[in-house]
Amino acid sequence: MSTAAATALSQKNLLGIADLSPEEIVLILDTADAMKEVGRRAIKKVPTLRGRTVVNLFFEPSTRTRTSFEIAEKRLSADTLNVAIGTSSVVKGETLVDTALNIEAMAPSMIVLRHASSGACHLLSRICKAAIINAGDGMHEHPTQALLDAFTIRERKGSLSGLKVAIFGDLLHSRVLRSNLLLLRKLGAEPWVCGPATLIPPGLVDMGVRVTTKVDEAVEGADVVMMLRIQLERMQGGYFPSLREYFRTFGMTEERVQRAKPDVIIMHPGPINRGVEIASEVADGPYSVILDQVANGVAVRMAVLYLLAGGVDDETVA
Amino acid sequence: MKRLLRGARVVDPANGIDGQLDVLIDGERIGQVGRDLPVALADGGEVLDLSPSFVVCPGFIDMHVHLREPGQEHKETVATGVLSAVTGGFTAVACMPNTRPVNDNAGVTQLILQKAREANLARVYPIGAVSRGQKGEELADIAELCEAGCVAVTDDGLPIATAMLARRALEYTSMFGIPVIEHCEDQSLKGDGVAHEGPVAAALGLRGIPGAAEAITAGRDILLAEMTGGRLHIAHMSAWTTLEAVRQGKSRGVAVTAEVCPHHFTLTDELLAAPVPYDTNAKMNPPLRQARDRDAMLSGIVDGSVDVIATDHAPHHYDEKNVEFDRAPFGIVGLETAICIALDRLVRPGLIRLSRLVELMSVNPARILGVPGGSLAAGMPADITVLAPDLSVTIDRARLRSKSKNTPYHGWTFTGGVAGTVVGGRLVFASGTAGWPGRR
Repeated sequence: MSTAAATALSQKNLLGIADLSPEEIVLILDTADAMKEVGRRAIKKVPTLRGRTVVNLFFEPSTRTRTSFEIAEKRLSADTLNVAIGTSSVVKGETLVDTALNIEAMAPSMIVLRHASSGACHLLSRICKAAIINAGDGMHEHPTQALLDAFTIRERKGSLSGLKVAIFGDLLHSRVLRSNLLLLRKLGAEPWVCGPATLIPPGLVDMGVRVTTKVDEAVEGADVVMMLRIQLERMQGGYFPSLREYFRTFGMTEERVQRAKPDVIIMHPGPINRGVEIASEVADGPYSVILDQVANGVAVRMAVLYLLAGGVDDETVA
Repeated sequence: MKRLLRGARVVDPANGIDGQLDVLIDGERIGQVGRDLPVALADGGEVLDLSPSFVVCPGFIDMHVHLREPGQEHKETVATGVLSAVTGGFTAVACMPNTRPVNDNAGVTQLILQKAREANLARVYPIGAVSRGQKGEELADIAELCEAGCVAVTDDGLPIATAMLARRALEYTSMFGIPVIEHCEDQSLKGDGVAHEGPVAAALGLRGIPGAAEAITAGRDILLAEMTGGRLHIAHMSAWTTLEAVRQGKSRGVAVTAEVCPHHFTLTDELLAAPVPYDTNAKMNPPLRQARDRDAMLSGIVDGSVDVIATDHAPHHYDEKNVEFDRAPFGIVGLETAICIALDRLVRPGLIRLSRLVELMSVNPARILGVPGGSLAAGMPADITVLAPDLSVTIDRARLRSKSKNTPYHGWTFTGGVAGTVVGGRLVFASGTAGWPGRR
């Protein structure tokens, strides 16, 4: 970006991409470059968060995101604690606020929250002194996913500016989509979205995005193709008739990918449904960066943890 | 005992009155309204000397409140609800039947009326359920409810479940001359929505409730009212499309009336995003909608298509609201903010005159429910609301008299408030505002 580079995040929490300036996003991505280097060392650990406690508070099942955060925290030498629903007192009827207040009483530095309700992170941020990192709240945002997606795109394309990024799938329920749209717009990309009309929320067009139900139109000349997971319960909810019909109409096949730019990259936040939203040949193909995204997730989350901890004067990662 | 309210501006549209006049209260009833009434108070009466900056009106009636008793007394009781009512300038309230148990039988109605007599502040008019248990299956014992004192029926909180049941309700209630009050909401379209379906809900990731969910049920019931000749009252109208359906119905002569809540003519769904993102005190049903809807409600108030301003006073305990947005109950308290909002947002900018406000909040609710009030004619119950249109009021939730504090207007300042409330000739509330007389 041409404007002055950010050297720190202005907010205590990471609740969503909505709260970040373009300069702050670039700062996170630049910091993640340094963090990725840490991951290539023989001893993948720096003392940055030594003595700090990070609680991973997950009210929804998650393997990828929780594991990624935990590895990131451990590489920064934080003391980490995982609290997952089912083992927590939520099943005893405790409210989210009370659960958070009890964790807060043990003075963690940060809480990484995954929750099924949109806005749950905002609620916690109003009652907790600890920094809140949104690891996915309902249908709202999943900011570290969008950041790792941007990091991956930047790594391959050099910049996001002017890129046609076509996003396919469940546009109604996806928090990954919302965070990505905000981020892509802030960094000057041109997002397109495509999905069945039943899964396009009214008002999406107001987020500065081209909306279409025609896959060919969306994929035409795309620099980046980003697939969103189609959840089985959406079919049961009547949003589309069958998985078979979904794949016929919207599935990303080799044939459809041909319309994109020759150097297109194929992304997916995972977990993928082979043969539903994406053909295996595409997911496993040469243009697929799906596993790069997973690898980069650790570096990006290290960057977020590091910057929220406020330590830009730590030479061990510079 | 006689009491003279002297020198205020009296606005009594039912009798074509708007001017600086005196109002003589004789015991529990209005004695006389006139100029320079003699002060002959030998039997120990009193005079309240007011200036024309005060407005004396027939008592305001809120025809849509939830008093929560029996069953949810941690949110509100009849006693705290009527205290909140008179503090907010209402001399009477009509309370919704979605209590626990549901007010679908004379026993519950009588309990509410007994609690109201004990509290002895605002008048309370119970509204019975349309269907037994509000289950939407069979009609409640509506004749019994009417005999016990119910003034209308509704399944509020839910729509009347089917077109057939709505038809039967409109037909059956016509025998008693009471209206059917409808909470318009197509349940299948609402789904598990929590906010108005539009750009704000899309950005916040909240499940949407489209305006059409309201308008579809309103359209259904207006057609049924036309077919049956029954009386239909649309509760808490919020969508511009519903207003269009009401206008069309009225133009065809259908016996349909409609109410709007203060939040729906002042706020929009933008309040969900800022200043407090996901504020559960901005969550109500029907939801705050878009500017087009909000502006339509204002236009309906101005042009007469809206008959009533009612609050949908929906108290909820702090703990119930201090949760994730989608888990919080719908609703806000409204009794103590409605008049301030209406004076500030409708009368002060000149959208409507005071006489129209009195129609919306006193004359028309009394007429629709068929209850006394809405007029200062001699012999009417001496139910009087005294407004202070120039009073500056800052809403402080800690000072609300309702048991619950769930208002989105905390910290808002309005010009216009309540100076005093008289029920049955008794001054049951005086705000003690500057200019309010010391008694003599």
